[in-house]
Amino acid sequence: MRIGVVTFPGSLDDRDAARAIRLAGAEPVALWHGEHDLHGVDALVLPGGFSYGDYLRCGAIASLSPIMAEVIGAANSGMPVLGICNGFQMLTEAHLLEGGLIRNDHGSFICRDQGLRVENALTDWTGGFAAGQEITIPLKNGEGGFIASAETLERLEGEDRVVVRYVGVNPNGSLNDIAGISNARGNVVGLMPHPEHAVEPGFGPDTADAMRSGTDGITFFTSVIERMLVSA
Amino acid sequence: MTAVTTTPSRGIADTVAHAISTPEKEQPFDALGLTPGEYAEIRQILGRRPTSGELAMYSVMWSEHCSYKSSKKYLRQFGEKVSPAMKKNLMVGMGENAGVLDVGEGWAVTFKIESHNHPSYIEPFQGAATGVGGIVRDIISMGARPVAVMDALRFGDIDDPDTARVVHGVVSGISFYGNCLGLPNIGGETWFDRVYQGNPLVNALSVGVLRHEDLHLANATGAGNQVVLFGARTGGDGIGGASILASDTFSEGGPTKRPAVQVGDPFAEKVLIECCLELYREKLVEGIQDLGAAGISCATSELASNGDGGMFIELDKVLLRDPTLTAEEILMSESQERMMAVVTPEKLAGFLAVTAKWDVETSVLGEVTDTGRLVIDWHGEEIVNVDPRTVAVDGPVYDRPVAYPAWQDALQADSASALPRPTDAATLREQFLALLGSPNLADPSWITDQYDRYVMGNTALSFPDDAGMIRIDEESGLGFVIATDANGRYCQLDPYRGAQLALAEAHRNVAVTGAVPVGISDCLNFGSPENPEVMWQFSQTVDGLADGCLALEIPVTGGNVSFYNQTGDQPIHPTPVVAVLGVIDDVARRVPSGWQDDGHNIYLLGVTREELDGSAWAGVIHDHLGGLPPVVDLAGEAALAGLLHAASIEALIDSAHDLSAGGLAQTLAEAVLRFGVGARVWLGDICERDGIDASVALFSESAGRVIVSVPREDDVKFLGLCEGRNYPVLRIGVTDSTSASLEIQDQFTVSLADLQSRHRSTLPSRFAQ
Repeated sequence: MRIGVVTFPGSLDDRDAARAIRLAGAEPVALWHGEHDLHGVDALVLPGGFSYGDYLRCGAIASLSPIMAEVIGAANSGMPVLGICNGFQMLTEAHLLEGGLIRNDHGSFICRDQGLRVENALTDWTGGFAAGQEITIPLKNGEGGFIASAETLERLEGEDRVVVRYVGVNPNGSLNDIAGISNARGNVVGLMPHPEHAVEPGFGPDTADAMRSGTDGITFFTSVIERMLVSA
Repeated sequence: MTAVTTTPSRGIADTVAHAISTPEKEQPFDALGLTPGEYAEIRQILGRRPTSGELAMYSVMWSEHCSYKSSKKYLRQFGEKVSPAMKKNLMVGMGENAGVLDVGEGWAVTFKIESHNHPSYIEPFQGAATGVGGIVRDIISMGARPVAVMDALRFGDIDDPDTARVVHGVVSGISFYGNCLGLPNIGGETWFDRVYQGNPLVNALSVGVLRHEDLHLANATGAGNQVVLFGARTGGDGIGGASILASDTFSEGGPTKRPAVQVGDPFAEKVLIECCLELYREKLVEGIQDLGAAGISCATSELASNGDGGMFIELDKVLLRDPTLTAEEILMSESQERMMAVVTPEKLAGFLAVTAKWDVETSVLGEVTDTGRLVIDWHGEEIVNVDPRTVAVDGPVYDRPVAYPAWQDALQADSASALPRPTDAATLREQFLALLGSPNLADPSWITDQYDRYVMGNTALSFPDDAGMIRIDEESGLGFVIATDANGRYCQLDPYRGAQLALAEAHRNVAVTGAVPVGISDCLNFGSPENPEVMWQFSQTVDGLADGCLALEIPVTGGNVSFYNQTGDQPIHPTPVVAVLGVIDDVARRVPSGWQDDGHNIYLLGVTREELDGSAWAGVIHDHLGGLPPVVDLAGEAALAGLLHAASIEALIDSAHDLSAGGLAQTLAEAVLRFGVGARVWLGDICERDGIDASVALFSESAGRVIVSVPREDDVKFLGLCEGRNYPVLRIGVTDSTSASLEIQDQFTVSLADLQSRHRSTLPSRFAQ
């Protein structure tokens, strides 16, 4: 099982995503934004960061990178694609996901251990969760406020395409507390929080049991591996 | 690489030939910050008047900031007061871009702390942002991957109307730049005090890791090797004196005054980091230097001085953001995100391929020569011809007048022991809560939550623990730990002891995590060196630090001096920020600063004396500063660190938290708040053993103390360890997960909710939007 992680100029969490894939049991494959080649991977992660310094709009320039033609083609033919934070922003800019992400309502960057509820446990990336399960993974963004038209919001909610929702605190003013969404087919998922930062005991969020022992994020990666094994 | 045509600048350059033929021409050396004596020395070195380009170079390189001319005499001690043990792991010491320590398993760590104080007052956002950018480039230029940042901040009175401007700017500048670089911010400290009102301190620290064989140095050797400038284009930002010079030389049209604060582009720096690391991996670089203060003047003269001594540069090859820049402005520009490398001719094509891959603009400026001269041409004419060592190394050294401050004795005589201390439980409780919510002891997470602490996935400890810890090796778990500390109030009372207390506290903050302290970097922030009383404070501080490092046997690996931190005649308190780096063989055994389990015994290590002079209690409750700071026993600190290390290795302690500002009361509150688990504590045994009252037990700031929590089954072993090492220990309480409160028996109880609201509301109430 090979999962690609695309590095753009300004990508920051690409190595973290690769580590998460390895810990989940698949082989991470480093992909370069300037190539037109997915190197035969089975799934894709667009990692977090500040691609192109967030100039113009977050994710806007990266969404026009050469490799995005292949990413869009693969996503449309059903390949699982996960966009984390800046990757989520790229997916909306590339119109693989609906809505958009704007400056946090309080105006500042925020880094916190964020409570989430998994609303849809049927997507390629969330199959290992139970619907309604509450999890904690780190969130860190300056422009994570999810917005969409009333009509789009209604459709996303009606079609169960809200994948994860903030619980406890809405950290950025996202409409309907939306932290992540999917496309209609459920193979493309984007979310602002960072599952790859909660995959290894000792380096994740604090839990009631022990400091930094939270690993709720690993399930995003094991879910896609199981899904691909089933479909293979 | 892109070919770019630049419009030639206005006017004619002041060439070497022109300087020889016009010896009497008046030059604006004083406006550039040079004294008449220094100007005369430059003329003597050259045997003629300097060209305007040479004058630009000497003026920036002989500035206090670059030459350390007032501090050099004292800083030598750091190289002289050393034992063999201090040299053992030191791969690169002071004088390079950053010090490098061998941490074992073939790994090395490089780290440095540096000030960006003045720019951060004028333009807090860009000043702080480029402070981060500058220190990170120092780390890259050693051949290392930067893996963490940290900041020591000092602001004015929290309620002064101007403080919010500076705080918002500085914090969002650090957040903007550091987050975009993808470096975890793992700690630091923030203090508010009116002495910093007109002079906030922004001391930025960065740490990098490298394999031993990847070490790079800033030297230009091998005649014929190419000198390459890459990264951002050179613009008119960060030019202070150059506009004065330019306007004198080319008065026609009157060039605009250019901003003296640099503007940062973290995206350009992130790309530069990855580009440099790829260049190192491919072994395409012989020598490398970042461009910071004094820009091309500094990089060329330092690279040449540290190498064979000769270099030839064609300045018109520099890629410009603004084609109207003069030669002098190009020499002095402090545009950010630039590096200069020395590359062999055979490897140049490979070098250019890597920079092209990363879209990093690159130009070959010239080559290394064997002439011993740094020669710079501008449009085919020679405008600089100097011995680079006279610019970069053999600058002026001053022995400034030193005077014991006239007010020092009176200040030391005004002890806090005369202040009224609370005798009833209600007042003790009230004062405890007042301290907990005071600006310097309150929870700074409004600040730290704006920094990414997770990126890279190796953060094993960060705020609110006592130190930041990063895993270096994913296989072995090898890691480093770092903490910064400085208490300006102590230093004002006694700079020698105050510096040692800063060292002791940072050392203790590293030791409580279970790590072994191995080296320090310091950032010495002071008023004007032209004030003999400030020079006395400075000399005492360096004496204290050098003696302290010798006593603890850990070397100073580098650092920075920042003078002229004063508004009018009022200097800041002496503020020597000390960063101590430690090593831990496996980050899995790290110790947090609070307890998470029920029923563990809480022990106090060390003894408590009546030491309230300079304390947070004296400052917050009585607005008092006087007397003598706590005594410091460095042999005791070393013994304490050894004890904590042994206890961690044997897994006898579940938490350890240092006692410093605010004393035992503050430490207990923080340990309870760390995981929201309460405790019952009694003071009777401390008071009886140490002959003190409850208020002293709670608020004294005696050094050499730590609280630890120990699972009951490890009690006997832990006490045996303390006895064997002869370190004072006393059981003072027990953890309690059911009470949701901190109870000081026979005195008062505060609920967890009250602790939280008092601790957490102070900063948001001033700064949150």
